[in-house]
Amino acid sequence: MNGRDLVDALGPELLALLRSAGRIELERFCLELDELELRIPLGAFAPANGRVPATPVPERPDQLLPAEYVPERYTYPGRIREVVLGATRRDGGSRGRSLTIGGAEAPAFSLFDRPVVNLPVIAMDVFDTRVPMPKALRAPFEEVRDDPAEWARLNVSRYGAKVITVHLLSTDPLIRNASPRDAAATVESVLQAVDVPLIIGGCGDPRKDADVFAEVAAMAAGERLLLNSVTLEMATAKTLEKVARAASEHGHNLLAFTGLELNDAKELNRRLYEYIPPDRIVMDLTTVALGYGLEYSFSIHERARHAALMGDAELQHPTISGSTNAWAAREAWMPMAPTYGGPELRGPLWEAATALSLLLAGVDIFMMSHPAAIGALRRMISALCAWPLEEVPEGHANDWVTAPLGGDA
Amino acid sequence: MARRSITETSPIEVYRLLPRTNCGECGEPNCMAFATRLVNRELALEACTPLAHPENAEALAALEALLAPPVRAVRFGTGDRQVTIGGKYVVSRHEFTYHNPTACAIAVDDASPREVLQDRVRSAARFSYNYIGRDLGIDAIAVRSTTGDPARFREAVETVQQACGLPLLLCSPDPAVLRAGLEAARDRRPLIHAADRTNWREMGGLAIEFGCPLVVSAPDDLAGLRSLTRTLGAWGIQDLVLDPGTFPGTGLARTLRNFARCRHAAIRGDDELLGFPLLGAPIAAFAGEEIDPVRCAFDEAIMASALLSRYADLLVLQGTAGWSLLPTLFWRFNLYTDPRKPVAVEAGLREFGSPDRNAPVLITANYALTYFTVESDIKAANLSCYLVVADTGGLSVESAVAGRYFSAAGIAEALAASGIADRVDHRVLVIPGLAARLSGEAAEATGWRVLVGPKDSSGLGPFLKEHWPPRPA
Repeated sequence: MNGRDLVDALGPELLALLRSAGRIELERFCLELDELELRIPLGAFAPANGRVPATPVPERPDQLLPAEYVPERYTYPGRIREVVLGATRRDGGSRGRSLTIGGAEAPAFSLFDRPVVNLPVIAMDVFDTRVPMPKALRAPFEEVRDDPAEWARLNVSRYGAKVITVHLLSTDPLIRNASPRDAAATVESVLQAVDVPLIIGGCGDPRKDADVFAEVAAMAAGERLLLNSVTLEMATAKTLEKVARAASEHGHNLLAFTGLELNDAKELNRRLYEYIPPDRIVMDLTTVALGYGLEYSFSIHERARHAALMGDAELQHPTISGSTNAWAAREAWMPMAPTYGGPELRGPLWEAATALSLLLAGVDIFMMSHPAAIGALRRMISALCAWPLEEVPEGHANDWVTAPLGGDA
Repeated sequence: MARRSITETSPIEVYRLLPRTNCGECGEPNCMAFATRLVNRELALEACTPLAHPENAEALAALEALLAPPVRAVRFGTGDRQVTIGGKYVVSRHEFTYHNPTACAIAVDDASPREVLQDRVRSAARFSYNYIGRDLGIDAIAVRSTTGDPARFREAVETVQQACGLPLLLCSPDPAVLRAGLEAARDRRPLIHAADRTNWREMGGLAIEFGCPLVVSAPDDLAGLRSLTRTLGAWGIQDLVLDPGTFPGTGLARTLRNFARCRHAAIRGDDELLGFPLLGAPIAAFAGEEIDPVRCAFDEAIMASALLSRYADLLVLQGTAGWSLLPTLFWRFNLYTDPRKPVAVEAGLREFGSPDRNAPVLITANYALTYFTVESDIKAANLSCYLVVADTGGLSVESAVAGRYFSAAGIAEALAASGIADRVDHRVLVIPGLAARLSGEAAEATGWRVLVGPKDSSGLGPFLKEHWPPRPA
């Protein structure tokens, strides 16, 4: 008999007994139950005659009543798979080091009851062609915008990028329709310019991307690239198998992209399992900018992570966020009244806030652009991942109440 | 009788405790409909007037116990500016809609000259940003005593009250200072910050004397918080708010952990001593080692965003610049929408200006933000045109294209359903730039010529100037 049945069976009798009882004493009482909560709210059993006795005004206790706090530790049956990005020479690639993402055993940055398995990673964007971009976003990269290899080098040397995303937008049939071979040459030049792991972004056309990814996968065999991305549209266009087989054969990872819909994410993963080991799959559940639906991204990531930790193997993959999407919000880049500052301030804050929400929802790797946004997220990650937790800085407990503060006060 | 989570409470159970007279005084057709809306937290028990009759006392108490949120709802302020914080039922928003949006308070201090104080309060109270047809703004003012002087504090509270009608938090560890402020704000039911291990007797006394809710403060000490709420609860003080401390810089991990521990204990662990709203103080970013005010405001906004995601019911902020407030106010609004319903507008045909039979025909998604953005851009550019709003499941154009909610077939359906073909003589459709890749298929599916419009609707004016009327194909 489980707890609920027991309550149903005994409940009415207990209620009847309690109704006339002034106090309850349990003797030689043994209760062994899972998940039974017994709670007798004050006032729930008012005397049957309907008169509520006047409650006297309580006296002030003489001193603080003691109380303890014992943190509850929750464990989860599931675990997020680990995915390795980039391969070193020893592993058949040419990267200076590889990075592991995933491995979470509990919701991210919530109860902080165990060390973070693998630190969240930030990948910096490189675009292979000039696309319209807010000025504040492109300003830090103005001198390298026509050379993906230089751009990648700048990201690594000046901004300390640990991973580079090369967005092969030139392959878009609506932009330049560059050939797969040209795209592969671009990737090759970036591989030679920097030795960090790479993410390779396509143009979003399911046929063209398949051709490009297949070419790039073969050219960079063994490098453990992350191909960004494969979609259900590719399944419809019958190009999914081609990309998945190429990734599998040449030792790369796949990014499975779906639009804010967990059933789609699961379906796409199931299709991919036919071709590639699950520990080669990262999920992109879609990042929408703050103010433009970020809350849907936030909740879908929380739901996915929770389901994965509760044992849904089809969702036990690390997740990625294209946080540069934050710049799609006009509040990030538009000129506004003076109180709203310039886009060079608003934009990075928008990108950082978008990424931060998804960091708390458990995202493992971020594709970002603006150095100031990246700096803010890095500080956040290092503050949140310290183990054991940093002590409260001496003398900073509720300083804000009485301290004279700067700012615009 | 165990308290079950709100998502497990059945309307039938609630219905059984209602008067079942179907009197309609709550505005619902019958008691069952009322019960359903109660369980969905769309209506409150007070709407049922018969429940207030003495013979229903028992049922009312049982209903209150059944529907009580594990995190108490606490009110401060008065009248229509009153703010309710807490009243939470779940840890994550996807489990059940969050209620009572996090209140945002701007801090002022009693050392500021009167004019400075007035300006700051007025500009905070006036701050307003129109987002999806709503005005986002500030909910309260936190008056801090940095002088420690009761007379100065009293004056500051008076000045703030004259400058705006927003609810107040009165902040000082010194009961004598707070008394002066409370006397000045007697009719406004301010929130008192804060009772701690040393001053709880005096602070509790003030809360009782002035009938005000009270914050309890125990930085990084949850046992201390529980001890305080237990003690004050035993003294009959129930309207409490928890301040587990907000620590700048590397203290963020500890801050978030304490917030999560309080909320998990209250909701998953049924811990009544931690079942109170949480106060977060991103203002602490200004009390850390960083001194550059822009950097402090940036960090404050980031901290506010994190605390919103992690259960804060009330935030105390220092920065009043629009650029630092916007992300906070946006995220607060977003988190408290119903996660089960996308924020959508009705699909169908909209008319702007005075369109004739040669007017441009545009199409967009039915995500509220997308729609309102396009609408305001059309109006700003003074365009006469038709706008077909397609049902994209409440997703923006970009997400809807990616998720295949906005497709060539969908465009054809929306066009047909709108009846636009009868209103114009041409057959040219402008689709959003973000849906460019649908242009070929859309032309096939609709039989219309398709023009790819700008990626951002702010470009619609110049775009139409150049491309409309369309050159012959």
